[in-house]
Amino acid sequence: MFAKPKPKVAVYKFTGCAGCQMELLRLEDELLDIAEKVDIVYFMMAQSNVELQPYDICFVEGSISTPRELEEVKYIRAHTKTLVAFGDCAVTGCIPSIKNWFPQFDLERTVYKDTTPIKSFKVGGIGEYVPVDLVLPGCPPHKNLIFEVITSAFLGIRPKLRMHAVCMECKLRENVCILTSLGKLCMGPVTRAGCGAICPTYGRECEGCYGPMSDANPSALAEEFRKLGLSSDDIVRKFRKYAGTTEEFKEVAGL
Amino acid sequence: MSHGKNVNAQADAKKIEVCYVARVEGQADIRVEVANTGETKAEFAVFEPIRFFEAFLVGRKYHEAHEITSRLCGICPIAHQMTALRAVENALKVKVTHQTRALRRLLALSAWIQSHTLSLYFLTAPDYLGYDGAIAMASKHEDAVRRALRLKKLGNDLGEIVGGRAIHPISAVFGGFTKIPKKEDLTEIRQRLKQEKDDIWTTVSLFNSFKYPEVNRDTDLVAISSDEEYAVNEGRLKSVKGLNVAEEEYRKHIREGEVAHSNTKASTLNGKDFLVGPLARVSLNHQKLSPDAKKAMKELNLQLPSNNPFMHIKARVVEVLYSLDECMRLIDALKLDVAEQPIQATLGTPCEGFALTEAPRGLLYHAYKLDANGIVRKADLVPPTAHNSASIESSLCAYAPEVVKKNQDLQLECEKLVRSYDPCISCSVHVTRLKKGR
Repeated sequence: MFAKPKPKVAVYKFTGCAGCQMELLRLEDELLDIAEKVDIVYFMMAQSNVELQPYDICFVEGSISTPRELEEVKYIRAHTKTLVAFGDCAVTGCIPSIKNWFPQFDLERTVYKDTTPIKSFKVGGIGEYVPVDLVLPGCPPHKNLIFEVITSAFLGIRPKLRMHAVCMECKLRENVCILTSLGKLCMGPVTRAGCGAICPTYGRECEGCYGPMSDANPSALAEEFRKLGLSSDDIVRKFRKYAGTTEEFKEVAGL
Repeated sequence: MSHGKNVNAQADAKKIEVCYVARVEGQADIRVEVANTGETKAEFAVFEPIRFFEAFLVGRKYHEAHEITSRLCGICPIAHQMTALRAVENALKVKVTHQTRALRRLLALSAWIQSHTLSLYFLTAPDYLGYDGAIAMASKHEDAVRRALRLKKLGNDLGEIVGGRAIHPISAVFGGFTKIPKKEDLTEIRQRLKQEKDDIWTTVSLFNSFKYPEVNRDTDLVAISSDEEYAVNEGRLKSVKGLNVAEEEYRKHIREGEVAHSNTKASTLNGKDFLVGPLARVSLNHQKLSPDAKKAMKELNLQLPSNNPFMHIKARVVEVLYSLDECMRLIDALKLDVAEQPIQATLGTPCEGFALTEAPRGLLYHAYKLDANGIVRKADLVPPTAHNSASIESSLCAYAPEVVKKNQDLQLECEKLVRSYDPCISCSVHVTRLKKGR
């Protein structure tokens, strides 16, 4: 019998905070088993040996914000079977995308005296530049979702990732709705599930860190916020945070 | 592609360029050139993309500062949260309760446990045991790797219990916590802290068995310090050479200035580079350590004061042990009998606030100016690796000629030195010293 070759897995990072890789490393109980089933061939934060060759699965953390990254993501796409947009930065641009509302030169002058060496452009998810096979949202995506993707890839099946609202998970946890009964400014109704509704469970409003759900209706939620007394500026700030430049949110976020 | 298998060892062997150093957080190159005369040039060049946090924080509300700055770094999000919260609370003159203070200390120490464990076992140990990474190391040292995973998980789980989520926690907010942890969860994790504490001496002996190089150069070590406790989330700014000022005074002493060997700007104290991190903390505050942590210092033969950056590694071991002790002490002292609500801010006057804390890898500074509506008008953030970057270059300059003299592997030794600082580059990138043409 021939042993099936192990799938080759790579983990890349672009403009981001490495929190998604850290969440991947939170699979402490599973990590050694995973390492037996797959070949981790590129993971700069964790190991110094490097193989540059076709990957079966490539997790890309971070958004694209420089010419160098744009070239690299195209290269990775060309050499990867299954490309995963790993976490909000790679999906929506996440928090760093707040900068997209500022004139680039103003940003540069705020932080640096000499701006000439800076090569930076609008922050965007990798899907803006190359086709993506799988979108894994969250800031960070919960480790169980990461595990689901890895095991599904190994089995060759489609992973079960949720497209519905955080509200579904919140109901399953039998939380009292903090939006309708407490008047808290919860982003749950437009935000994609996957976290297990942790924020409402911890007594605070969802901030929307998994980005928009499918068929989100942000303008209806913005209207609710207005009725609860939120100013237009505050509403813009609410939507201009984790996914402000997405198709779904950009109108309410003020683009 | 410029980043990839990344060694450009010159035939000359006295010049190395490591493009994209592995086993550090973030993206940086090392360039070292040792001339025949022994004169050495070193660059620790960050190529991580700039994210402009200080710029886009302008216009955000005071209560978002910690949520947004958390995303500076996925390894030390808790440190950024604790610092931002306290800076903004200082600005708005909110004094949190004793319980909030204790829970924040617990949360910060959970981050020390997980970050130090990651640094020690995943980033450092492979160099000394001769592996590419911890996963490869597991073939021969499975016990060590499993112990590391258990310890790291303990830190993360404690963070999750207190903060609601280990990476980018959610329940620590302006003025307090939206929910306090359940007593039974703390009781359960206390047992695990105890178990790992019993096992920690294996870690002490493992890291005592490695031979660390000697790098000695005159430098100052800087950390916060408190009369009450081993300083984590608050204290006065102190240095081994005698600096002792309140946190508001930070900008009067720590400046961006020229460093002799480098034509770029870096953080300096009295015109010189300095070192922050576990070694600086242990040097300044060792008398506040727990008895067992002091015992570990002895066992590791960690002699203070030390200017050798490799001693960061031993200091990290001591701090893991201390964190386990201190977390148990904090849990035992927590009554958790009142479900406190976060204290609300009173807005109305423009104000500014500062805070210094100790992130796992060293001194972290946040400062905010707020307008009368509580909107951020200016933000100033200086993470540990920005404090250390000039020190890293100076240490490379001191160490590299010795390596060349002894005919050792210059690349490996330089990488080991850089890793001993446990640099966190994503954090520091918004204050990156830019190199022309990159």
